[in-house]
Amino acid sequence: MSAYAIELKALHKSFGNTAIIRGVNLAIAGGERHAVIGPNGAGKSTLFNLISGRYPVSGGEILLNGESITGLRPFEINRKGLSRSFQITNIFQRMSVFENIRCAVLWTLGYKYSFWHQLSGLKDANSRAEEVMESIGLKARRNTPAGVLSYAEQRALEIGITIAGGAEVILLDEPTAGMSRTETADAVELIRKVSQDKTLIMVEHDMGVVFDLADRISVLVYGEVIASDKPENIRGNKAVQEAYLGTEAH
Amino acid sequence: MAGTPGRLRYRPLDLARWFIWGSTALAMAVLPLLFTQGFAVTLMSQMGVMIIFALSYNMLLGQGGMLSFGHAVYFGLGAFVAVHVLNLSSKGQIWMPVSLLPLVGGLAGAFFGILFGYVTTKRAGTTFAMITLGIGELVYSCSLIFTEFFGGEGGVTTNRVFGEPFLGITFGPAIQVYYLIALWCLVSMALMYAWSHTPLGRMANAVRDNPERAEFVGYDTQRVRWFTLIISAFFAGIAGALGVINFEIVTAVDNVGGARSGGVLFAAFIGGVGYFFGPIIGACVFVFFVVALSGYTNAWLLYLGLFFMLMVMYAPGGIASLVMIQVQLIARKRFGRIAPQYLGAAGSACLLLAALILTVEMTYKISVDSAEGTGMSLFGVGFDAGTRLPWAVAIGLWIVGGLLFNIARKRVARVWDEIQAEFLQERA
Repeated sequence: MSAYAIELKALHKSFGNTAIIRGVNLAIAGGERHAVIGPNGAGKSTLFNLISGRYPVSGGEILLNGESITGLRPFEINRKGLSRSFQITNIFQRMSVFENIRCAVLWTLGYKYSFWHQLSGLKDANSRAEEVMESIGLKARRNTPAGVLSYAEQRALEIGITIAGGAEVILLDEPTAGMSRTETADAVELIRKVSQDKTLIMVEHDMGVVFDLADRISVLVYGEVIASDKPENIRGNKAVQEAYLGTEAH
Repeated sequence: MAGTPGRLRYRPLDLARWFIWGSTALAMAVLPLLFTQGFAVTLMSQMGVMIIFALSYNMLLGQGGMLSFGHAVYFGLGAFVAVHVLNLSSKGQIWMPVSLLPLVGGLAGAFFGILFGYVTTKRAGTTFAMITLGIGELVYSCSLIFTEFFGGEGGVTTNRVFGEPFLGITFGPAIQVYYLIALWCLVSMALMYAWSHTPLGRMANAVRDNPERAEFVGYDTQRVRWFTLIISAFFAGIAGALGVINFEIVTAVDNVGGARSGGVLFAAFIGGVGYFFGPIIGACVFVFFVVALSGYTNAWLLYLGLFFMLMVMYAPGGIASLVMIQVQLIARKRFGRIAPQYLGAAGSACLLLAALILTVEMTYKISVDSAEGTGMSLFGVGFDAGTRLPWAVAIGLWIVGGLLFNIARKRVARVWDEIQAEFLQERA
């Protein structure tokens, strides 16, 4: 049994002849908040798609709590306690906020494919959904169709759906992308709150958010992790500055 | 405390629900007392069967986003299994009362749903539609091979009256069959409505809207589609068996063929796939077209096709969405203002309809049905389609109706825009 929540071993991914992920080794301890940064096209989103089962891996291994999840389908990985959000908002547009979140708690609460329970009678699912709505600050929008929410609200719902099932490992793909300063500050607080006592891995471009939230940071450049360390060490790392932070590091 | 306002808010809704279900049941019970002619009873029986079938179809199309071109497979195979069971039962070889036969059809439908559905629901979207088309053709062609089971071209006949009457019920008279169908229809409607509020029903919506995200909250989308299809096939099979009891004959052409699959798509779509009650309306309208109108005119299929086209073009949400728009107008006290405009539009539309009917019927008379001369009567007026006057009347109706309708249409649109603007202001 490994002590790591997520462990990547020599992970490879190629599309045709193009290698996107080239031998990534990474170990993230349980309870850690970990940020993956890197320039555009470094393969950050691809890395998430591999871990969450959206893409099949070309080589290497992915361990979740010491157990291999390589080659499993997304729903199988989700059932083992890993949940992810998407960079481009990926919600149930025609359903209300409440329905969106309730859909995300049904499996974990054991209702699976039930056609003998009435949803209105599922006290645990309904109260859990209300609780999540409260924590992401969308209680006032309970019955609004998700498709007509503002962008920031949709991003909050995206996080809500991700955490609703109570997964222990949470992957957030650019949770603050496209947000204003105040929206970003709210999002950081939200992420801090919902990732309490969980393992959080996030891809993020906003360095303020990264250095604010992350316990450790990994820098991905051209499909390889060139550094993985505490924020203060990453800031001082020469290779990272050259490869990525560049002018931003002043 | 959070639950209290919610409960207060939901109580009137529940009352409304009981009222709707209660009045539906009452209408089903009372209708045959108002329309006592044999023709009306058969018509209503067929509507009952079609309602179950169309609702089961909408579990796929409306709720699950699966466009099926082969749903008749489950209706038809349910019917064939039911007819054989009924024949065995009437010979005394097994025990199966007529009133429980729909359950046999349903289980048969579900069985084939498990079998074929496993293949069809592997994929969604266009691929699903194509595979269902293939399965439909496959089963239909099987009817030419397994003539023992499908009864060849003549089909399989049966007799629903056998054994000792139970409480005086023999299922001989059509009215007894009607009440059996009505009962099964009511129960099926309630169960399918309940299904749409279960975890599986809700996840069918989720898979329809965003299959990818459904996978990332723990659901196998193939399973969701498959299980939905099995339940849908179960109800289709119930409808098939009720059809057996009603007609006492099952043929492959009418029951598993493409026309039946297309018909249910028509019915569900006309009624509106976005609302639970849509297919119920659609089923009644469709049966009316097919059964009632076909007794009056040979051109009924043309009218049905035109109607379908108009619905798809101008009211893609079906009759149900048109109804819901009016309900909203009534609820927000605007209906009175737009009603006169509606009347104008309806009046001019009637002129156009008369023009259409006159043109179509005269064309039919001259081109297809002129063996006994071109004299005919329409709306109680006798005339000769071979003369100029009726054609001039038709052209006149087209022109006057068209002009008036155009004016009325613009008026409806103007008032409609005003009301929408008010709604927007109220929101802001």
